[in-house]
Amino acid sequence: MGPYALLRLARGRLEPGIPGQFFMLEAPGRLLPRPMSLCLARPRELAFLVDPVGPGTRALSSLETGDRIMVFGPLGNGFRLDVRSPLLVGGGIGIAPLPYAAGALRAPPTVLGFRTRHHAEAASLIPSAEVVVEPTFVTEILPAGDFDVLACGPEPMLEALRRIVPGAQLAWEAPMACGYGACWGCVVEMGGQLRRLCVDGPVINGGTHGSPVGPLL
Amino acid sequence: MILNASGCLDALTAPDVARSLDAFVTKTVTLLPREGNAPVRIVETEVGMLNSIGLANPGIDRFLSDVLPRLEELGVPLWVSVGGFCAGEFGELCARVDSHAEVSVIELNLSCPNVDGPEESVAELVAAARRSTRKAIFAKLSPVTLDFDSAARAAQAAGADGLSLVNTIRGLALDARTLRPVLSREVGGLSGPALKPIALAAVHECYRATGLPIVGMGGICTGHDALELVAAGARAVALGTILFSDPAAPTRIAGELARELSIRGVSCLDNIRGAAHEPTFSPKPNPQLEVERLTVAR
Ligand SMILES: Cc1cc2nc3c(=O)[nH]c(=O)nc-3n(C[C@H](O)[C@H](O)[C@H](O)COP(=O)(O)OP(=O)(O)OC[C@H]3O[C@@H](n4cnc5c(N)ncnc54)[C@H](O)[C@@H]3O)c2cc1C
Ligand SMILES: Cc1cc2nc3c(=O)[nH]c(=O)nc-3n(C[C@H](O)[C@H](O)[C@H](O)COP(=O)(O)O)c2cc1C
Ligand code: FES
Repeated sequence: MGPYALLRLARGRLEPGIPGQFFMLEAPGRLLPRPMSLCLARPRELAFLVDPVGPGTRALSSLETGDRIMVFGPLGNGFRLDVRSPLLVGGGIGIAPLPYAAGALRAPPTVLGFRTRHHAEAASLIPSAEVVVEPTFVTEILPAGDFDVLACGPEPMLEALRRIVPGAQLAWEAPMACGYGACWGCVVEMGGQLRRLCVDGPVINGGTHGSPVGPLL
Repeated sequence: MILNASGCLDALTAPDVARSLDAFVTKTVTLLPREGNAPVRIVETEVGMLNSIGLANPGIDRFLSDVLPRLEELGVPLWVSVGGFCAGEFGELCARVDSHAEVSVIELNLSCPNVDGPEESVAELVAAARRSTRKAIFAKLSPVTLDFDSAARAAQAAGADGLSLVNTIRGLALDARTLRPVLSREVGGLSGPALKPIALAAVHECYRATGLPIVGMGGICTGHDALELVAAGARAVALGTILFSDPAAPTRIAGELARELSIRGVSCLDNIRGAAHEPTFSPKPNPQLEVERLTVAR
């Protein structure tokens, strides 16, 4: 998948949840788990797309067949899928939750943007997607029409989308220690208040599954 | 007895985790609502993590009207952690909590490294709390002292019923690329495995100095870690950072602790509490002590 690794885990008892929700994955050798969006929910597998940007994600992307890691989830609020004409928009590693969403929405129109051709190899996860590589940005190829946008990507992309499509459902990121509301470390400003992104997000404007989070034990 | 460490679990977003504890400790509540510090608030380090949450909480009014009734529904004994910016505030907070029968213990957070704390001494703060409530009071002390002995005795003399040991220690993490502080407030409180030897020393010293019931915390990850804190003198242990990576830690650690006891043939925790203080070996004089230069064999 270009520079990204597709980490496939046997599902165990975990439910895949809703597209846009995430799991906390033990990163071997690190103290804290790492949040990862579910990329694909196969019958007996949960798959995650990992961008090896630091020690935790490097440890995750170098796991080998047979290794075992602790995983918990699904967590947070996912995308609202009962929309009239969905359009998926993804940038870079932010495409991670979109293959699962594309499956659930039966291959809706999709536009993906990447830094390089190498990165764009990950677009093969959504065969029907239209793909651009910098210096072209996804916001330049949004199809005309009245779409319900579901998006995940780098902050500048999300900010740009928010201006173009005010009602867009956007999946944001923040550093997280726990992923289930315990540490108050992941707060971001929402409506003038600092709120926990792991509980009130990561998808904002999306479906609310409400706290408390589902059973973790 | 296994508790959560204050600020390391929200019982309302994770009720099952809270129910797996012997008591739930709230995040520190202050008189006025606090939004807390700006993000970035957390960062991982090699052997721990730093946080600068800054006592984000709804304030005592909303806590008592909105949060406490929902916590009560959990059916778990409740400890309320309170934090004041002067002795008067500690007194007022304790007076407000005092009338709530569902609260079994008040923990005084005398040691948050992320806000400018009160100027008064531990003794004055505990005394102000003592005058305002008949509930059991646990004083949570900072590990940043060379003299636990005096701090613990002062808390005891002022009327503390127990001690919570330890809070986090101020630390700094730099971004690998920019060499600028990662946290927006620059410094934060260090928690996790790095804290365990410090917590052990604090519990050991305060147990010897006061004999008060102690909740031991700091870097507990396993049943063996918990056993060590009990051996140093803790009556209960509290789990903090480990809950972030393992929400099932309370049940796991209780099981591991039970196995540690059975391996040692100890029937209950009380029988091993303070074991670190018992003299276990008396050096015998060596009957013969010969000195010779020996050659390494081929
Ligand atoms: C809800 C959510 C879903 C995510 N889904 C994916 C995904 O599917 N695939 C993927 O590759 N990455 C995903 N991320 C980002 C990923 O979690 C971070 O890149 C990763 O935690 C970085 O850890 P590290 O040790 O490799 O790097 P470091 O940068 O060294 O991380 C150190 C600490 O900073 C935090 N951190 C640093 N950068 C970020 C960031 N951009 N976002 C969140 N935390 C950060 C980490 O939590 C970690 O505790 C997601 C993040 C969130 C919040
Ligand atoms: C994210 C975070 C928030 C905390 N908030 C509080 C708090 O509000 N009040 C308090 O007394 N201690 C607070 N602490 C300190 C813990 O209760 C505990 O004393 C410390 O983390 C050591 O335990 P640990 O190493 O098991 O985490 C906090 C710790 C963390 C990591
Ligand atoms: S990551 Fe801990 S509260 Fe959100």
